[in-house]
Amino acid sequence: MRETIIRDVRHFIIENFLFGDSGNGLKETDSLLEKGIIDSTGVLELVSHLEETYGFRVEDEELIPENLDSIANVTGYILRKLPRESFGSLHA
Amino acid sequence: MCGVAGIIEFNTPEPKEGLLRKMLGLIRHRGPDAFGIFTDSHAGLAHARLSIIDLSGGDQPIHNEDETVWIVYNGEVFNYPELRQDLEERGHRFATRTDTEVLVHLYEDHGTAFVNKLNGQFAFALWDRRRKRLMLARDRLGIRPLFYHLSGRRLLFGSEIKALFADARVPRRFDPLTLSDIFTCWAPLGVSTAFEGVRQLEPGHFAVFSQDGWKSQPYWQLSFSNEGNEDRPLDDYAEELDVILTDATRIRLRADVPVGAYLSGGLDSTVITSLVKSSFNNQLRTFSVSFTDGRFDEAPFQEKAVRALETDHRSIRCTERDIGEDFPKVVWHSEVPLLRTAPVPLCRLSHLVRCNDFKVVLTGEGSDEIFAGYDIFKEDKVRRFWARQPDSQWRPRLFQRLYPDIFAHGDRRSRAFLEGFFRKGLADVASPVYSHFIRWENTAHLRSFLSPQILEAAGAHEPFVDRYCAGLPADFMTWDPLSRAQFTEISIFLSNYLLSSQGDRVAMAHAVEGRFPFLDHRVVEFASKLPHRYRMHGLKDKFILRKVASRFIPGELSQRPKQPYRAPISRCFLEGEACAVTRDLLSEEAVRRAGCFDPSKVGRFLSKCFKQGGNVLSERENMALAGMVSTQLLHRLFISHFSSQDCQEPEKVLLYGR
Repeated sequence: MRETIIRDVRHFIIENFLFGDSGNGLKETDSLLEKGIIDSTGVLELVSHLEETYGFRVEDEELIPENLDSIANVTGYILRKLPRESFGSLHA
Repeated sequence: MCGVAGIIEFNTPEPKEGLLRKMLGLIRHRGPDAFGIFTDSHAGLAHARLSIIDLSGGDQPIHNEDETVWIVYNGEVFNYPELRQDLEERGHRFATRTDTEVLVHLYEDHGTAFVNKLNGQFAFALWDRRRKRLMLARDRLGIRPLFYHLSGRRLLFGSEIKALFADARVPRRFDPLTLSDIFTCWAPLGVSTAFEGVRQLEPGHFAVFSQDGWKSQPYWQLSFSNEGNEDRPLDDYAEELDVILTDATRIRLRADVPVGAYLSGGLDSTVITSLVKSSFNNQLRTFSVSFTDGRFDEAPFQEKAVRALETDHRSIRCTERDIGEDFPKVVWHSEVPLLRTAPVPLCRLSHLVRCNDFKVVLTGEGSDEIFAGYDIFKEDKVRRFWARQPDSQWRPRLFQRLYPDIFAHGDRRSRAFLEGFFRKGLADVASPVYSHFIRWENTAHLRSFLSPQILEAAGAHEPFVDRYCAGLPADFMTWDPLSRAQFTEISIFLSNYLLSSQGDRVAMAHAVEGRFPFLDHRVVEFASKLPHRYRMHGLKDKFILRKVASRFIPGELSQRPKQPYRAPISRCFLEGEACAVTRDLLSEEAVRRAGCFDPSKVGRFLSKCFKQGGNVLSERENMALAGMVSTQLLHRLFISHFSSQDCQEPEKVLLYGR
């Protein structure tokens, strides 16, 4: 489950912000802000992607770096947000 | 105002007239009124004239009494009547009423040191036949351009790079390091240009080229070393500024043709317009550009200014389609990759000026640099304030006040993230480039679009920040942080972007001369000695200027917060007819052929843009789009499809020398 989500998040970041450049060794824990991967509008694109792909709503107070500033943080956040019963459908 | 070009050759004498005619043909837009060429065995000087002073007698090249000193000159020396009077008292005889001739006689008396006496905006080439040496010089702030190509004992120079390309021996190749720099700090650094082997004389420098080779040196340098103290009352400083600025404006009205003004609705152009209107010319004609896209439009403020100042006003309204259509033309004139479209509306504005039979306009350019008007100066201050208490919840909230637009983007939810953006390198307050580092790093992300070959070639040099810092004045770190930030803004951005791509080149595209009272060196030196608190007070930008302005312009204009001059980007390239051009320029094949970018990344990027309906929100991605389109255009215009045969040589040329 976690692996699937990590793959999706990484794929989205590489396609959408790095335009296919996977060669720069982006680590799961790298800060997307520190690395300059997302700019001021990037976070909104990321939020839209999460809401469209995972079907939950990102609340205002959840828009914090602890939830969204690395592949690992985003993944952890998604896992916390998803209702337990949806895990099976994601696997399929 | 004019265009200059020339050849100096100390190897083997070569026929020069044919090449000089071609060079003139490529820059004839700068000076369509008359053409002249001087040649002797070593030198060839060419001139395209825009007649502004001494309309009937000012054709160039111009010489001294015994024809041993010849000059071609682009620009204006505003203090020429005073200089001339002094020369006449010393026995010099004048053949014309021009400012140009003053330079020739000054050179006779003072040698190259005469350049210090000039107050103006100029680039010139002066050939001393007796000493067989050429002197090239450029004004203090780099208002007028001067490019050159040096190859052993042969020198080619010109007001624009395209003039040099008239000679097939000049290589037409991109300079990888400069491409990398532009995709970092928006402009070429120092002497470099987008093209390998083509350099520019730096602002405030002069050079001598003789049989002994090339030597350039500064005659003026911006310095904040002598900041005044605050014991002197603010009112005193304000009084002094009022006097200098009024005089700077007064001498910039010297011309034998009518002088108009740009009126953007902002503080700076309103101040200048108001000075002209109240003291010197009650019938002033003003010009402005407005946008159909409300995010960029300042029309309501322009209308207020026009009503308050009662000028005879003309304006044009710019659509995204206009910008897309004119972009290739502007790249042809700018000769550099552009990360912005803002030069395009200014090019249309100069066209409007020309259509109204004006050749000269005063503008407010330079005020934001010298009196600290840009947001980046406030950003630096807020970050330093925050860095002292990095855990403060309240201090970073100031960014919201600084950038309400960004924080209001779509929704206000991303505040914590945006604050994270400004937190980058927060503790690094001892860096000489603390003020600009975030911006450069954010822009440098665009370098990832560059091709491996370009990145590899650029990577062989020192990193950008190290190269920039190596040239800083020795006492730089003793200056106030605001002064440091202003110095960096001025030395990187003013001449190589603002005064060129948004200044000289887009005005001269229609043979219009801009004049900038704020860039009179007396005003610049005044500002650099002003206590920094009077430049920016708390977070009030241009504090002293607002104080002076409140004496004579309405409060809603003198206290209006700065609106950065910007133009829309993505939709200009992705909608309407421009869209096909963009697709063509950024096609896999075209990108591969030019070799500047990674074709697969460009393809993915373009798909993303179209997926967003052409409405790109990210600032960085807008810059990426403009940067890639302009670089591809530049390649097409100057490398793959350039032919000096296409230029229209001047029909009638006056020949001198021999």
